[in-house]
Order: sequence, then structure tokens, then C-alpha cells
Amino acid sequence: MPARPNAILAARRDNLHKRARIIQQIRAFFTQCAYLEVETPHRIPCNAPEEYILPQESGTAYLHTSPELCMKRLLAAGYTHIFQLCRCWRKDERGRKHLPEFTMLEWYCSPGNYLDLMCTCEELFCALVPEETLVWQGTTFQVKSPFERITLSQAFTRYAPISLQEAMQDDIFEEVYTDHVEPQLGTDRPTFVYDYPTDMAALARCRPDAPHLAERVELYLGGLELANGFSELVDPIEQRQRFYAALKCMQPEFPERMMPEPFLSELRHMPPSAGIALGVDRLVMLLTDAATIDAVVAFTPEEL
Amino acid sequence: MYSSSDLKKGLKIILDGEPHVVEAFDFIKPGKGQALYKCKLRNMITGTRLDRTYRSGESFEPAPLEERDMQYLYQDEVGYVFMDTKTYEQITLLEQTLGDDRYFLTDNMDVKVLVFNELGIGVTLPNFVNLKVTQSDPWVKGDTAAGNNKPATVETGYTLQVPSFVEEGTLIQIDTRTGEYVTRVKE
Repeated sequence: MPARPNAILAARRDNLHKRARIIQQIRAFFTQCAYLEVETPHRIPCNAPEEYILPQESGTAYLHTSPELCMKRLLAAGYTHIFQLCRCWRKDERGRKHLPEFTMLEWYCSPGNYLDLMCTCEELFCALVPEETLVWQGTTFQVKSPFERITLSQAFTRYAPISLQEAMQDDIFEEVYTDHVEPQLGTDRPTFVYDYPTDMAALARCRPDAPHLAERVELYLGGLELANGFSELVDPIEQRQRFYAALKCMQPEFPERMMPEPFLSELRHMPPSAGIALGVDRLVMLLTDAATIDAVVAFTPEEL
Repeated sequence: MYSSSDLKKGLKIILDGEPHVVEAFDFIKPGKGQALYKCKLRNMITGTRLDRTYRSGESFEPAPLEERDMQYLYQDEVGYVFMDTKTYEQITLLEQTLGDDRYFLTDNMDVKVLVFNELGIGVTLPNFVNLKVTQSDPWVKGDTAAGNNKPATVETGYTLQVPSFVEEGTLIQIDTRTGEYVTRVKE
């Protein structure tokens, strides 16, 4: 038996208390907005094929990387407002802002589009930060509607030495984005970045007026990526093509080229909808003034 | 071979043919984009520091480093000569490789020498070493400008701050990790 109680775990007590309260507030917010809380299986036969998200194997199945597919099947079955708070798993993701097992909040509404998601995000954040200001890592942020809105292309023009198009052509999108753009997002108030190239949004609907762009939105505060949402793609033929394109590029370690067939076959019943995933651990980091994700969870994988 | 996901602080890899240690590391992954592994690396031979960003799926050659128990023998015109206490094989380390550590070597001192391809690239000294003060101005009463410390030079040529009561000829203990004075030693 160790001589002393585990000081690292004990030091997180305040943050874990705040975390529990934040999760209660999230539940209360969505319940009040007449969303139905759902639980979908964590262990599934197939995730949505996405080029850079590696699922964790679990026997012959996989742990879900997000509850997206099952929640969309509920939308296709006629559910209109649903949310879920659950654990998700993404293999090999570990850093100051990443855990391979983390907590996700996802919500979907039908009818709806990505503009509706932005409004709901604003309402949720205002409910979580009633004092309208937030201090994180020495910076004070204003948290009140409306949040800043900027397209991805504008963000590159404003903050990066080269354009979005050039960065993609030279295959250095991630490098330029993380070095120049991301640190400038949400420096004094929350910022929505929206309208992504279709290649970067496998499950999002294209803009009717600009088919090379997808209706995808990301929420940032203090350079921290908090949420990612779409106007959902509801065309099963196009969705299959997008999945196929993602599978073709996928890393060789992905063992099987599988398609989520039940999702694809039910997709044609899905009405125009919008859905978004928010990283709860990162939200808690902001609201507890924590520098790393480690400080807001009871255990990190290394402590098990 | 290591892959990108093995990168972490302290990992030693070969880069451009020379051993490098990862001094700082961060995993970054924007949204649905690909993961980036940002490293601050130090060349273990030259000490040069550089930043590198890697993507998933890159591979890295582990640096074949070996730590050998050796004894310090003497200094010659090339550098500082050490002998393997098991094989009696000798290795010479250059002045620039040793840096300030060269000031803390005493005859027959037992050290650990870090070896890369038969090239000595670093040395781990005992934490404390005793050296004699060869030069230090006597303390002038009333001179409080530098607090209670004054500069002193020891037998190996190293200069450090010592308390004002330390006189020439005194044996003092120095912490080789910080290069700072610890205490006087009774002979």
C-alpha cells in the first residue's frame, strides 16, 4: 500500500466538482429546450469512415469515435431534437488537449442547419457563463451573443501567410492552420469558423450556392477547438461517395474497408437536420482555467 | 524503428546521421485534419537545437547510445582521455563536448561516458566534486555590494561565487549539476 493518498488525484478535486456541475448544467439546458437525452451503444460494428480519425478496436467491433451514426438513424426514424453525453474513443490521440478516451456532447435538431447550431451554441455558452466574462490562462474573454463569425477562407486571409487554397495545394493545410490560424481564433470572444472545403467535411451538406464548400462550423475560444458541426448531408448516394473517397485515402493500418450500411440505407428518411459535437473536457478546461486536459479528468490513461 | 506515435520527451533518435534528443513534445490535431507531432530537438553532439513537425506514419531510427563506466585519466593536446574500467579501452572527449563539465574532472574520477558509434558525446559526473580554491581576493570589510559572496577560482580554472569566508587554499565542494558552491570540506 502506498504511504500517502494519491496527491495528483486529490489535487483535481475542485475541477472534478466543477466538471460535475457543468455536466448537470448541460443536461438542464437541453432538457429545458425539449431535447430528448439518448444513449446509443459505445461498441459498434463500424464507424463513419473518416480519413484522420482512427477507431479503437474492441474484439471484432470498434468503440465509437462519436455517436453520430446512431443518432442520425434516430433522426431518420423521426426523432427531432436529441442530445447525448458519452465517452468516445480515438486511437493514438494524446496531447495537452487530447485524450484517447474523452467525453463528447452531441446534439441534433431537425429541421435545422449550421446557422441554428451557432445560435444554440451561443445560448448554451451564455447559460454556462452567466457573468458574461471568462478568464482562461490569463486572458479575459467576453462570452455574449453574437459570437464572432468568420469563414475558413477569411481566417486564412486574415492570419496566415498563404491562402487556404495555396495551403491545400501544397499539402500543408494542418501545418499552416495550427501555426498561424488556430492560435488567433477566439482571442477575445468565442469565434465560429465556417464553410469548409467539401474534402474536409465528409458528413456535411454542400452549400447550394457554392458546391465546393460544405456547411461545416467549428467553435473556438482562446485558440482551443471546442465544437464541430454540420448541416447534415442527407443524400445517401453522395454520402456513400464521400465515405468511399475517405476510405480510399485512409491509412493502411485501418484493417477493413467497411461501410456503415444500416446508416446509409436509412439516410434517405432523414429530414434536413443539423448536428454538432462538443468536447466536454475542453469546455471544462476553459471553465476551470485549466492548462491541460489532464487537470479536468479523474484519471488519464497513463495513471491506470 | 520508432513511429510518429512513439515520439515523446526524452526519446533519442537519429536525424541527419546524428543523435538527437526530444526536449519538448506536443501532439496537435485540428478538427477532422491529420495529427501533427511538434518536437523541439537537441543535437546530442553539437548541442544545436531545432524545431521539427512530423505527421503520422513517419518513422525514426533509434539512436544507438551506450553508457559506459569509465575513469578519467588525463588531458592531452586533443582532449580529455577516459578509460573503460572493464575493457581498458580509451576514448578522448573534446573540450566543446564536455563544456563546463571539464572543470569538474579530477584524476581517476569514475564517470559514465555516453557513447555513440565509438564517439564519446557526453559524460555523467558524480553529483559532487571537491576542488581546491587557488585564487580568491580576501574579503574587504564593509564591502556589501555583492552581498556576502565573492568570486573564486579553483584548481581546474573554474570560477564561481563562494561565501566571503572562503580563503585561498580551502577545499570546497561543488555541485556538478548546477556548478554552484555547496560547502567547505575538511581535509
